[in-house]
Amino acid sequence: MREKQKAAAPNRSLWKDIKKNRTRLLMLLVPVTMAVIFCYIPMPGVIIAFKKYNYLDGIFGSEWNGFDNFRYLLISKKLWSLTRNTLLYNIAFISIGLVFEVGIAIILNEMLHLRFKKIAQSLMFLPHFISWVVVATIMLNIFGDHGVLNNILRSMGFEGFNIYAYENAKYWPIVMVALKTWKSVGYGSVVYLAAIVGISPEINEAAKIDGANIWQRIWRITIPCLKPTIVIMTLLAVGGIFRGDFGMFYQLVKGQHLLEASDVLDTYIYRTMMSTSNMGWSAAAGLYQSVLCFITINVVNFTVKKIEPDYALY
Amino acid sequence: MIKEKRVKGTRIKSSWDTKLFHVIGYFFVAFFALACAIPFYLVLTGSFTDEKWILSKGYSFWLTSENISLEGYATIFRSPEKILSAYGVTIFVTIVGTTLAILLVTMTGYVLSRPDFPWRNGVSLFFFFTTLFSGGLVPYYLLCTQYLNFKNHIYALIIPGLFSVWNMVIAKSFMKGIPNELVESAQMDGAGDLLIYFRIMMPLSKPMIATLSLFTALGYWNDWYNCMLFISDDKKYNLQYTLQNLLRSAEFITKIAYEQGRTVASVPSESMKLAMTVIAIGPIIMLYPFLQKYFVKGMTIGSVKG
Repeated sequence: MREKQKAAAPNRSLWKDIKKNRTRLLMLLVPVTMAVIFCYIPMPGVIIAFKKYNYLDGIFGSEWNGFDNFRYLLISKKLWSLTRNTLLYNIAFISIGLVFEVGIAIILNEMLHLRFKKIAQSLMFLPHFISWVVVATIMLNIFGDHGVLNNILRSMGFEGFNIYAYENAKYWPIVMVALKTWKSVGYGSVVYLAAIVGISPEINEAAKIDGANIWQRIWRITIPCLKPTIVIMTLLAVGGIFRGDFGMFYQLVKGQHLLEASDVLDTYIYRTMMSTSNMGWSAAAGLYQSVLCFITINVVNFTVKKIEPDYALY
Repeated sequence: MIKEKRVKGTRIKSSWDTKLFHVIGYFFVAFFALACAIPFYLVLTGSFTDEKWILSKGYSFWLTSENISLEGYATIFRSPEKILSAYGVTIFVTIVGTTLAILLVTMTGYVLSRPDFPWRNGVSLFFFFTTLFSGGLVPYYLLCTQYLNFKNHIYALIIPGLFSVWNMVIAKSFMKGIPNELVESAQMDGAGDLLIYFRIMMPLSKPMIATLSLFTALGYWNDWYNCMLFISDDKKYNLQYTLQNLLRSAEFITKIAYEQGRTVASVPSESMKLAMTVIAIGPIIMLYPFLQKYFVKGMTIGSVKG
């Protein structure tokens, strides 16, 4: 990098630059060191994925075993089910989240009672600011065996419904999507609300004078004006589509029998790392995920650049 | 005044489809807002409910004189060392971590936002690349535990949260918006970078700093992941991790008791869990009304790209 800079500006010497910017370079010292230690040094560590890791020999001393770790993940069908879960959950989160976020933003924007709007907004933000641990308690409080839902069901004479029971594992995807929506949508709508406020009011005024009703105005003006924001936000979300929300899946899912329906790459990587002696499997899954993420984010960035160069990440 | 008149005008003229939209819209938003708020209410009432009542009749919506009980809180505070130390750890980590993180992030933002810093693009790319590719959890974990001695040290809870590329980008783009003439004139007067950073940039970046501190502090307060990865000494557990453990162990106790055909009314595990939750989220909820405007700002500041 420095050589390049020098070549670009031959009459400015490198030494002079360094001397002139010495305070700034010192200010960057800690962040750069941290990035090197915590992000760059672990990168070559991906070789563990190709090794039969044991603690005694360490990263470099352990025996190589080629693609054995990946082969195990493939043969045990783990890789397939994990990728499927991660992908499907994220697709559901992104699409349902988008509909709710845009919908809520539009409704909030049309609201005439400012007080109501403000209170509603404050309440909808609330879940965003608590951790998944707390959400897990809340969930137990509502869906658990003694929870409010069962209470209501039983008082109306229905059977109790225990979400943690074996036979109810099939409802988990719905619960997950509902909770994710509950937690993130209120706050996520702020971006769209800001974009709607940015639409110039003349367009709406003109449409009103021409006799357009509220549905037509939303459908023909607001949504088309929001399109760039929608596209960008969705693409950004798609960039992380192979990254499962570890906190959510780890805290909410309790019990081995639920894993089939709700194990994602991140939880598998963590669990395998902590519970088995074979770090290699975990590292292999991790490398697989990192590479997938790297590819998707580049594809996404390429697409964004094509559509709207200003919004490209890099 | 004019605005008010116009609002009134539309109200009178509003046709049936506008009314329909408003009915559906208000209903939907009200429903969603309630759905967001009621669980918190239920946690609060649940924490004050008598354990036997919960086990026999379940959590109830209203507190009455029959089912109210402070037993959940009493159980926690009967041996308060654990919860107090967890509170201490969380508060310490939040304050120290947020201060350091903000210093780091704004310093980086300052340097990278200077148009006359020759390596700004290279360094930006150097930071940004870390968000694109990572070595994964295993190498990171091995590095931290085997080479950096993170196990059971309090700094294991602070250091991982210090470095945030997104916050750097936000700080950088915010500082880019501050007129460079201010900096130039200060430079003319002989001010060095540190002086400019502390005396010009920091005061002018107050809204950005407020928002970033808030989010960083929230991240530290809500963190259980680093504690789970690195800490096994229960004197150094933080609040969220204590809550998580309580949740899991309470489940375990109830399960065993259930298998043995006993009820565990002697240990108020259900109301205790909820009381613990109230203690963990209390400060957030309490401060929430005052800090809310910064949360909204945070989202819009974050969407400005630099």
